[in-house]
Amino acid sequence: MITTSHYLVLSLIVFTVGVVGVLTRRNVIVILMSIELMLNAVNLNLVAFSDRLHDLAGQVFSVFVITVAAAEAAVGLGIIISLYRNKETVYVDEIDLMKW
Amino acid sequence: MEAFLFYTLAAILVTFAILTVTAHNPVRSAVYLISALLAMAGLFFLLRAEFVGAVQILVYVGGIMVLVLFVIVLVNVGQASREPRASRRWKTGLALAVVLAVELGFLMLRGVGSFAESAPPPPAGAGNTESVGLLLYNDYLLPFEIASVLLLVALVGAVVLAKKEL
Repeated sequence: MITTSHYLVLSLIVFTVGVVGVLTRRNVIVILMSIELMLNAVNLNLVAFSDRLHDLAGQVFSVFVITVAAAEAAVGLGIIISLYRNKETVYVDEIDLMKW
Repeated sequence: MEAFLFYTLAAILVTFAILTVTAHNPVRSAVYLISALLAMAGLFFLLRAEFVGAVQILVYVGGIMVLVLFVIVLVNVGQASREPRASRRWKTGLALAVVLAVELGFLMLRGVGSFAESAPPPPAGAGNTESVGLLLYNDYLLPFEIASVLLLVALVGAVVLAKKEL
């Protein structure tokens, strides 16, 4: 029998994989994709609790999360394009202009 | 049947999530992520959230990932497979991620007993899309409108950032 805790554990695994991607990769596009993975793990949590509590507010919130993710991806990719135009790189360890 | 579908989709999801994070080539990474997102949409369908599952496929796979692939094509990825894929401080990052996983796992172990028994069956009623739409346009009307303003701001911002000269 599949319970809510199964979904919670799955969501934990996917979120942790996303965190590993954000913290260890160099390519800023892959980092952006890992952030999408983390947002999706949170969505899975919201929908699982919505199914358990029979409250559709969780699904409404996951729709909002998807909206914010779309906005974030659009702006993030715009930043990546203008960064590539100025610095000719997509690697985070070469983008150190504001590093002290 | 439900257990079989859950474990299949979960295995697909975790496999492709790990492949997304570890792949050398960003294009492959994007394709793996698309597969992971589709498996996640299947899990949403399994949780009786048909509307969110459909939105997931339309917005993520149809919109965001196509955008990501376009940007990968625009910026040069020819040398990507020869460069190292991990950043210099990847060991610190991995350690931090392990710490986070242990923390989350500990919290989950403490609270998991509350959800161990199976959920009560859902009450019969209107379809999922209809109910979500009613809720979205009644109780959450203001956040909905703010979300549309946010999308407009993101649209203008992305154009301004990516354009050469205005």
